Amino acid sequence: MTDWPILSIVTFLPLAGVAMILAIRGEEAVVARNARWVALWASLVTFAVSLVLWFGFDPGNPGFQFEERAEWLPEIGISYHMGVDGISMPFVLLSTLLIPICVLASWDAVQHRVREYMIAFLVMETMMIGAFSALDIVPFYMFFECTLIPMFLIIGIWGGPRRVYSAFKFFLYTLTGSVLMLLAILYMYFEAGTTDIPALMRFGFDPSRQIWLWLAFFASFAVKVPMWPVHTWLPDAHVEAPTAGSVLLAGVLLKFGGYGFLRFSVPMFPHATEFFTPLVFTLSVIAVIYTSLVALAQEDMKKLIAYSSVAHMAFVTIGIFSLDVQGVQGAMFQMLSHGVVSAALFLIVGVVYDRIHSREIARYGGLVHRMPLYAATFMLFMLASVGLPGTSGFVGEFLVLVGAFKVNTLVAALAATGMVLGAAYMLWLYRRVVFGPLVREDLKHIMDLSPREIAIFAPLAAIVLWMGIYPAPFFRVMDGSVAQLVSNYHQTVQNAALAALSR
Amino acid sequence: MLQVACVFLPLLGAIIAGCFGRKIGDRASQIVCCLAMGTSAVLAIPTFIDVALHGNARTILLFEWFASGDFHAPWALKFDTLSSVMVLTVTVVATAIHVYSVGYMSHDKSIPRFMAYLNLFTFFMLTLVTADNFMQLFFGWEGVGLVSYLLIGFWFDRHSASAASMKAFLVNRVGDLGFALGIMGVFILFGSVEFDTVFPLVPGKVGESMEFMGFHGDALTLVCLLLFVGAMGKSAQIILHTWLPDAMEGPTPVSALIHAATMVTAGVYMVCLLSPMFEVAPVARDIVTVIAATIGLVQNDIKRVIAYSTCSQLGYMFFAVGVSAYPAAIFHLMTHAYFKALLFLGAGSVIHAMSDEQDMRKMGGIWRKIPFTYAMMWIGSLALAGIPFFAGFYSKDMIIESAWGAGTGVGQYAFVMGVVAAALTAFYSWRLIFMTFHGKPRADHHTMEHVHESPPVMLAPLAFLSLGAIFAGFIAYETFVGHHMAEFWRGSILILPQHPSMEHAHEAPLWLKLMTIVVAAGGILAAYYAYMVKTSLPARLATMFRPVYLFLYNKWYFDELYNFLFVRPAVRIGRLLWKGGDGVIIDGLGPNGLAAVTVGLARRAGRLQTGYVYHYAFAMLIGLVGLVTWYLFYGRL
Repeated sequence: MTDWPILSIVTFLPLAGVAMILAIRGEEAVVARNARWVALWASLVTFAVSLVLWFGFDPGNPGFQFEERAEWLPEIGISYHMGVDGISMPFVLLSTLLIPICVLASWDAVQHRVREYMIAFLVMETMMIGAFSALDIVPFYMFFECTLIPMFLIIGIWGGPRRVYSAFKFFLYTLTGSVLMLLAILYMYFEAGTTDIPALMRFGFDPSRQIWLWLAFFASFAVKVPMWPVHTWLPDAHVEAPTAGSVLLAGVLLKFGGYGFLRFSVPMFPHATEFFTPLVFTLSVIAVIYTSLVALAQEDMKKLIAYSSVAHMAFVTIGIFSLDVQGVQGAMFQMLSHGVVSAALFLIVGVVYDRIHSREIARYGGLVHRMPLYAATFMLFMLASVGLPGTSGFVGEFLVLVGAFKVNTLVAALAATGMVLGAAYMLWLYRRVVFGPLVREDLKHIMDLSPREIAIFAPLAAIVLWMGIYPAPFFRVMDGSVAQLVSNYHQTVQNAALAALSR
Repeated sequence: MLQVACVFLPLLGAIIAGCFGRKIGDRASQIVCCLAMGTSAVLAIPTFIDVALHGNARTILLFEWFASGDFHAPWALKFDTLSSVMVLTVTVVATAIHVYSVGYMSHDKSIPRFMAYLNLFTFFMLTLVTADNFMQLFFGWEGVGLVSYLLIGFWFDRHSASAASMKAFLVNRVGDLGFALGIMGVFILFGSVEFDTVFPLVPGKVGESMEFMGFHGDALTLVCLLLFVGAMGKSAQIILHTWLPDAMEGPTPVSALIHAATMVTAGVYMVCLLSPMFEVAPVARDIVTVIAATIGLVQNDIKRVIAYSTCSQLGYMFFAVGVSAYPAAIFHLMTHAYFKALLFLGAGSVIHAMSDEQDMRKMGGIWRKIPFTYAMMWIGSLALAGIPFFAGFYSKDMIIESAWGAGTGVGQYAFVMGVVAAALTAFYSWRLIFMTFHGKPRADHHTMEHVHESPPVMLAPLAFLSLGAIFAGFIAYETFVGHHMAEFWRGSILILPQHPSMEHAHEAPLWLKLMTIVVAAGGILAAYYAYMVKTSLPARLATMFRPVYLFLYNKWYFDELYNFLFVRPAVRIGRLLWKGGDGVIIDGLGPNGLAAVTVGLARRAGRLQTGYVYHYAFAMLIGLVGLVTWYLFYGRL
C-alpha cells in the first residue's frame, strides 16, 4: 500500500471521471443525468481514497510524507514532486470533501450544460489537490493558476446577471497577483538553481532580496485570502457565482492564500516576514473591523456572507503572522473551519435561492414557521460562524487571538471586537430571514429541506461539531509541521539578530 | 460515573426532546426532560454529601479538547465543595422549573422545543460550574448565553422578542470579549489555563506587570478586571445590565427565572471560583465592590420589578466578593436561587390566573381568588426583604455585616448602599404585592371571572421552593458561613488572613442586625402607605419629580445612550464604508478605474485609425519631416 503513488491517484482520479463524462453519448437529458451520477461517484471515490492520507498520516513526522518524485524536465531541474505535511494534508481532504457536496448541491439547480458544469468541477478538484500537494514550485504554479480557469467559467457561464463583470474582475485581480509571483519564481530559480520547494526552504535568500520576493508573493496571496483592500472582487464573485461555485470559492480557493503564506512566504523569506508583520497586522485588523461593519449594512445574503469571509480570513493572517504555535495552529484551524462553515452558509443561502430565486434579505422573514429543520441547520452554522464554543469556529478564532495576544495585545484586542461584530451581523441576518411572522404569500408554501439537502448538510454539521468538541486529531496532525515551521522561523531570525550584534 | 450522569443527563434529554420531539409528542417530551432533570438532581445529592460533607473532592477527566502546543484544556468535571453546592442548587431549582413549566406551557404549540431548551440550559450551567479550566468555563458561559438567547426569542413571531434576544446575546458577547481577553492574559501570565496549575502560581505573580493596549499595569489586577468584564455581562452589572429587563420577553416566569435566579449568578460563581486570584488583586476587588454597590439603586423601574430586584441582589453578592466574603456570596446565591425562583414562579402563576396579563396596573384585588399563590408570594417577598428567620435574612445580613466588617473605604460605601438597597427592596416587593393582590380590581370583568388557582403541577414546585425560601438560610448558616466554615469549603475558596471581613462579621454588634430589620420594615410600611392608604401619592410624586421619574423609568437612558453611541453609527458607518470605501475608492481607483483608463486609451488609439488615406499620408509626411530634422541636427539615427 505504501508504495502506491497515493497522492497522484487522488489528484488525477477526478480526471478519470472527466474522461467518463466525455464518453457519455445520447440525448441531452440522459447526458445530464449520467454526468451528474458520474461526477458524484468520481468525487466520492476520490474522497474515499483521500481518506488514506488521513489514516496513513504519521503525526510524529513533521516533514513531507507520501512523497513521489519523477523527472519531468531534467535539463532545467524541474521535477514532478508531490508530498504532504501536516499543513497541506488537511486542505487536500477539505477539497475532496467539498466537491461531492458541490455536485449534490447543483443536482437540480443547474439545468443547462450539465456535462460541462460537472467537468469544470472535477477539473477544479484535480487542480486544487495538485496545488496543495505539489512540492515543486513549477507544478505548484501551474495547478494554482489552472484553478482560475474552471472558476472563471463557472462564474461566467452559470452565474447570475452580472456574471461577466464579476468573472473578469475575479480573473484580473488574481492574475495580476500571479504574474508578480511568476516573476519572483523565475528569479528564485535563477538564484537558487532549483524549483524544488523543500530545497528552496533551506536555501536562505539574501535578506535584502527577500523583501522584493516576499512582496511579489504577497501580491498573489493577499488577493486570494483576500486581504483588505484587495478584497472587492470577492463579494462580486460570490454574488454572481452559482451556489456550488461560491462553496468552492469560499471553501477552498481562499485557503490558497493562507496556505501560500505558510508554504512560501514564512519559511522561504523569514527576514522579510519579520519586516512586514506590522503591515499584515494592520491590514488584517482593518479588515476585521471594516468588513464586519460593511457586512452589517448588506442587503444581499450572499454578499453579507462574502464580507464575513473577509473578516474571518483576516483572523487567519493575524494568526499566521503571529508566528506562534497557537497562532499558526489557530490560523490553520480557522481556515479548515471556515472552509466548512462558509461553504455551509452559502449552501444555506442556496436552499432558499433555489426556491424563491432571490437573495435579498428583505424578501424573507419567518421561515422558521415553514422550515424548522432549515432554521435549526442555519442556526448551527450561524453559531459556528459566530465562534460559539463547542463549534469549530471557536477553536481557531480563540487560538489565533491567544497567539496575537502574546505578540501584540492591541492587535488581539482590536481583532477580538470581531467576536462582537460577527455576532451582530450574523444574528441580525438570522433574525431578519428566519424569525418574525411569516407574511409573504409565496413563502407560505415554501418546503423544508429535502432528503438530498439533508444529505448535504449532515456531514458538514457533523464536522463542525466534531472540530468544535474534539479537535485533538486535527491538532495531532498539524502539531509537528507547525512547530517545525515556527521554530525554524525563530531560529533564523534570532541567528540574524545575533550576527548583526556581533558585527 | 454518578457525576458524569448528573451532568450529561440533561443533555441527553435535550437531544431527545429537541431532535425527536415532533415524533414522540408533547407529553413524552415533557416526561423525558423532567425525568432527566429529576434524576440529575437526585444524583446531585449523594455527590454533594460525598464531596462537600465528606471532603472527597475529585476531578473526572473526560477527553482532550484543546491541545495546541503548550495550550491544554481538557473536558473535565471538577467536583469540590464550591462546585457541588452549585450543582445541587442548580439541579434542584431546575427540576422545580421543569415540573412547573409542564403546567405553565401547557397551551403552547412548541412544548418539546421549550423543554429541550430548559434541559440544554441546565447542561450548560452544569458544565460551567464543574469546569476545571478556563476554557470549559467559557464554554458553559457562552452556552448559557446561547440558550438564554433562544429562550428570550422563544416566541419568535414577536419582533420585540427577537430584538430582545439579539440584544441579550450581543451585550453578553461584549462581556465575553473581556472574559476571553482575560483568559488569554491568564495563559500568557501563567502558561496554563487549568485551575490546578494556575492557582498555586498566583502568589509568585504578585506585583508583576503586563502591557495591555499600550498601558502597563499590575498583571493580576488587569487579568482580574478583564475577567470581571465577563461577569458584568452575564450578571447584568451596571454598564452591561441593559439586556436583563428586555429579557423578560421570553415565556415570563420560567425564562426570567433562568435569567434571574440561575444564569446571572454565574458571574458571582466565577469570581468566587477565582478567589485565589481576586484575593491578591485588591484594586480589582474595590472596583467590583463599587460597581456592584451602585447598581442597587438602578432597580427602580416599575414594570419588571423582580428582574430588577435581581440586579440589586447580584449587587449584594458581588460586593460580598469584593470584601472577601466569598462564602457569604455563595450562601446568598443559594438562598436567592430559592426565593427568587419562588417569586418568579409565583408571578407566573398570577399571570396564568390573569389570562396572560403581565401589567400590574391591570391587576389588583385577586388575593382571595388565588390564596395559595398569594401566600407563596408573601413567603418569597419576606425572604427577599430579609425578614428574620426567612432564608434571605441570614445571607443578606451576613453580607451587610461583612461589608461593615471589612473596615475599608469601599467596604463602608458598600455597607451604606447595601442598607439603602435593603429598604428599597422591601418597598418595591410590597408594592408588587399590594398592587397585584389588593385594592380594587383593575382588570376587566371578563378576565376577573376567569381568575383561578393554577393546577397542582404548578403549585407543587411553588410549595417545594417555599420550603427552601423558609429554611435554607437557617439550615445552612453554620455550615456555609459559620465559625468553622473553612472545614466545609476546604480550599475551594481562598481567603487571605489579611481580609478577615467575615470574622468581623461574626462579631457584629446587635444594633447592626436590628438596623437592617428596621430598615426593611420601614420599606414595607412605606409601600403600605403609598399603595394602600394614600393611593394617590405615587402619581403625585411622579408628576412632582417628573425628570427624576423619567430618568429612572427609562433606566437611566442607558439604552438610548448605547443606541446613539454604537448601534446606529455601526450600520451607518458600514454603509459608508461599503458604498464609499469599497465602491468609490477601492474599486474606483482599482479595477474599475484601471479598466476605465484602459478603455479610454484604447478608444483614443482606435480613433487614430480613421481609414482615410490622406490622414495616413499626412502622418507619414510628418514622421518623415521629423526623421529628417533629427538627422540634420544630430547627424545620426
